[in-house]
Amino acid sequence: MLTQEEQAIARGDRGDGAAMAMRIVAEAARLMGAPRLIPIASAHIDGALYHGDSGTLFAENLVEGQAKVAVRATLNVGALDLFGCSRQKLPPHERDMAKRMMRAYEAMGCEPSWTCAPYQAGHRPQTGTDVAWGESNAVVFCNSVLGARTNRYGDFLDIACAIAGRAPDYGLHRPENRKATLLIDLSDVAPALKQAEAFYPVLGTWLGLNAGTDIAVIDGLQGFPNEDNLKALGAASASAGGVGLFHVAGVTPEAPDAATALGFQKPQRILKPSASDLARAHDRLSTIATETIDAVAIGSPHLSLDEAHALESLLQGRSVKVPFYACTGRHVIRALDESGRRKPLEAQGIIFVADTCVVVTPMLPDGGGVLMTNSGKFAHYAPGNTGYAVAYGALKDCVESAVTGRLHRDESLWQ
Amino acid sequence: MRLETLLPGAAQGETLKLSAPISFWGGVDPKTGMIIDARHPERGQSIAGKILLLPGTIGSSSASAVLLELVHAGRAPAAIVMPEPDAILLLGLVVAREMGWSTPPAYKASVSQQNALSARVHIADDGTIN
Repeated sequence: MLTQEEQAIARGDRGDGAAMAMRIVAEAARLMGAPRLIPIASAHIDGALYHGDSGTLFAENLVEGQAKVAVRATLNVGALDLFGCSRQKLPPHERDMAKRMMRAYEAMGCEPSWTCAPYQAGHRPQTGTDVAWGESNAVVFCNSVLGARTNRYGDFLDIACAIAGRAPDYGLHRPENRKATLLIDLSDVAPALKQAEAFYPVLGTWLGLNAGTDIAVIDGLQGFPNEDNLKALGAASASAGGVGLFHVAGVTPEAPDAATALGFQKPQRILKPSASDLARAHDRLSTIATETIDAVAIGSPHLSLDEAHALESLLQGRSVKVPFYACTGRHVIRALDESGRRKPLEAQGIIFVADTCVVVTPMLPDGGGVLMTNSGKFAHYAPGNTGYAVAYGALKDCVESAVTGRLHRDESLWQ
Repeated sequence: MRLETLLPGAAQGETLKLSAPISFWGGVDPKTGMIIDARHPERGQSIAGKILLLPGTIGSSSASAVLLELVHAGRAPAAIVMPEPDAILLLGLVVAREMGWSTPPAYKASVSQQNALSARVHIADDGTIN
């Protein structure tokens, strides 16, 4: 299955680290029944988030073996804000091992992007190219919005592919596996809802719960979603379910229209969510009926510069009464610094979080309470990972609630 | 009966059959091997040292990291049996083997094949059950 060159690398011709990476990629290919490896154009590495010492030892083993990435490789979040905007509450041993892990991945030549939205930090592979990306929201964005081709690369396989410059040829790398079989008809959904930012995490949640392993094409959103809406839709669908690729007719690159996305075949399944189906998906994102909130977190996936600007506009210079975490990447923090916007926002009480986020590492105030968010992904993971109950609302509502300290929510769209 | 080998090796021990798919990240404590997912039917049981019979896996792509951590901590299952191979969970075992750590084997078996296994089994190198 391996070419002679690949076999030579696996035997150690280019060092122990490259050999280990090639053997890992080859084992994954064997397990998944892939007939060959294919070259990749880039990688996005989710494996540098600390889950225990073994992951640090693995990364350092590769570094000792002189492993270097063979293609462009950006890094997803780590467990620490090395950029220095915010503080995490890791015990000393864990802090040390998490930092060693992050440094090991940098030493292999990965870019210190430390963001779950690499596609908004300048890493945008071309439509039709094969890449090896990890992090579920990045995977679904890469496949769906950029039209580049990736499977869901888990920890270890992501860095192994980046070092080998190759990936197993199966799944979503193959064009025949990228066709939609499920048609989602949104023609009856009100235009006011399609215009609302808060609609997209809800639609994503509904899609994740209903698509199963099918690839969907969504029809009826032509002219509505911007890139941040598609980002929110994908992230919610990949956390509520296992969506790795969806198409939006007239919007995403493999779907000039629904028929093309379906490969000119009849859909195997058609779903037409009713207003009450969507209202139920919306209600599911909140875990508590509450009148007060204890903290706000936005930025999962990491905020784009546009979203940071929207936060600034909605605040109108007012200060917040509860801790307000705005998770984003260094690329956005640097841009905010350049335009002189970061300091005033911090003075208003906004806590910028770079390199990491509030659900992957301990940083929320002790004691728990109610976390308000506009993110479908935070809403999904916060209860289990932080112990906080969740109230979901639009960014505007998150800001008003943080300014007043009381839950403010415009529910009219969902009634 | 003989199971298809995914990652070779022999194993013996008590079987633990999960009645629902599990996400290792957030579902299994990487330090102890205890099932911690509040909604999982086998919550509170330990997978450490067991012949773990999985109906399927779901969830995070960090399952491999949790399994590697279990191997490193000596709290991994004695073997993993699953209906279909996956490129995430099993990578934890592939990497553990590369690290030179004592690594449990994995086999492929449908849920109905899994149902035919007794409470305690010995699986030989070639997947034969006795």
